[in-house]
Amino acid sequence: MSMQSAQSAQGYVTADGRKIGGPVMEMENITLRFGGVTAIQDISFDILEGEIRAIIGPNGAGKSSMLNVINGFYHPQEGRILYHGEERKPLKPYQIAYQGIARTFQNIALFKGMTTLDNIMTGRLTHMKTNLLSQALWWGRAEKEEVENREIVEKIIDFLEIQTIRKTPVGRLPYGLQKRVELGRALAAEPSLLLLDEPMAGMNVEEKEDMSRFILDVNDEFGTTIALIEHDMGVVMDIADRVVVMDYGKKIGDGTPAEVRSNQAVIDAYLGVSHD
Amino acid sequence: MFYREAGEFKTSYRADQQTFPIGLDKLGFYTSLLIAFVVIPLTMSEYWAQAVFLPFLIFGIAAIGLNILTGYCGQVSLGSGGFMAVGAYACYKLMTAFPDMNILICVLLSGGVTAFVGLIFGLPSLRIKGFYLAVATLAAQFFLVWLFNKVGWFYNYSASGQITAPERTLFGYVITGAKAETLPIYFVCLGLLVFLAVIARNLTRGAMGRKWMAIRDMDIAAEIIGVNPLMAKLTAFAISSFYVGISGALLFALYLGAVEVGEAFSIQKSFLILFMIIIGGLGSIFGSLVGAAFMIAMPVILKNLLVTSLGWPGDIAAHLEFMIVGLMIIVFLILEPHGLAMLWRIIKEKLRIWPFSH
Repeated sequence: MSMQSAQSAQGYVTADGRKIGGPVMEMENITLRFGGVTAIQDISFDILEGEIRAIIGPNGAGKSSMLNVINGFYHPQEGRILYHGEERKPLKPYQIAYQGIARTFQNIALFKGMTTLDNIMTGRLTHMKTNLLSQALWWGRAEKEEVENREIVEKIIDFLEIQTIRKTPVGRLPYGLQKRVELGRALAAEPSLLLLDEPMAGMNVEEKEDMSRFILDVNDEFGTTIALIEHDMGVVMDIADRVVVMDYGKKIGDGTPAEVRSNQAVIDAYLGVSHD
Repeated sequence: MFYREAGEFKTSYRADQQTFPIGLDKLGFYTSLLIAFVVIPLTMSEYWAQAVFLPFLIFGIAAIGLNILTGYCGQVSLGSGGFMAVGAYACYKLMTAFPDMNILICVLLSGGVTAFVGLIFGLPSLRIKGFYLAVATLAAQFFLVWLFNKVGWFYNYSASGQITAPERTLFGYVITGAKAETLPIYFVCLGLLVFLAVIARNLTRGAMGRKWMAIRDMDIAAEIIGVNPLMAKLTAFAISSFYVGISGALLFALYLGAVEVGEAFSIQKSFLILFMIIIGGLGSIFGSLVGAAFMIAMPVILKNLLVTSLGWPGDIAAHLEFMIVGLMIIVFLILEPHGLAMLWRIIKEKLRIWPFSH
């Protein structure tokens, strides 16, 4: 409980001693409708710098819609989004990439015809600015930039332990490795906010353990702020600092894993109660 | 066993990112350049130059262009014939309007004009995809051919409706018009092909190429990591059309000399170029050239085989030629749907470990 009171807008310190800073992103009274269906209804929460923030909820709760709002795929009808303290205008998804938000997808969205290396190199696109002429002649800045970004990508490849598949087309890789490459591509952008849409979906226990370790290491080593959606409660409770719980488009809980676990509304949503 | 990367240690990322990382590949590249620039010009006859080598060089440029758009960026186009016509007519108008302008500059500017036209016809690609885009580019094909037939300004109101290339020289050699010599034309086309192929390779291995391939493989994910789909598709259309336009200008000015648009740049040309890249291999510069060589040389070789060697009547041979080429295309596509470039890659992978199985 002391943690809850300490987590003001200026941040808090986690149990394992990591310092959590001010808000990276604040969602204020977000409502998103598709025709007559309200996918998200009046939801507010914040994501603080350096924390791992989970969004959980039963199927159809609106978690992915929420991620798509953060990501700029959907524009909410009501509410404000503050990013680094400033209100964000409706932007195109590629513009949001330039603002430092990267993500992975629930169903892997890699570039299947390209190698692991090329896939992760695409993550560097927001940092590459050489003009077309220089690229065409492979002269001067183009080559230098290519090599500089390759060095950064190689660090990520080392970090994710995928050196051996560097030049393999990703279409040929097994599922777990593809997920890892996708994480690598998002990391290559050096995002200030990393969104993970069900990073553990469809994995076996060992792969889940690996992925959990990578997520914690990313957060720890690079200080990346992470917001993730996940179905595996055990994983969420283990790695998340704070959890938002959604059900039928509404927020029914928000707090540390311990608080959420003892929240009666959350228990009802997950175990099911008769709706009278 | 003989072809392998063992023993080639790369100590820098620069060395690892070059076009031919394996020594034997580099050797093969320089050998083929030597053959193209020295051996073939010394030995080729007028017939083979006109029937195979010149069309191969010219359509090779168009195939690289279409491969950039379709193979790398994933946008199917059936408008290549129309864009070649734009290049040809732009070249004609430039040659007649500015008689003192260097022919090479004319050709490159024609590419620029075509790039602009391609850009405009590329705009629908933002909304429509796949087969529907193919149909939209088909509209470009028919519209452009119709336009060049209909509007007299494009063919300078000549009575026949044809355009005829005036005589131009390059370094003292006549390369267009009635008195053009074959060998200088060959070198101009070869030089342009090599230059444009290298540029295409540079573009496709760098940031631009990755943007195109990202759009091709998964456009939503591409947008998420910061690829502006509008810019990526339009640059692909523009650069692709630049290549196709240059090819059209060369076909008209250096090779055919006189052109009637409906005949020289019909829908069949669009299909021919598309077949080249499908057979050669989508997403491969090398494949574009192999495909172009196959589609140009195969009918000529068959004709020589049937008519000259076996003494068959010309008309039967001509029809059989269609059937055999068609059959070979089908067989190739069934055996290796990713084209000759992929076949070559598989052979190389096998060669690495030959004569062992692992």
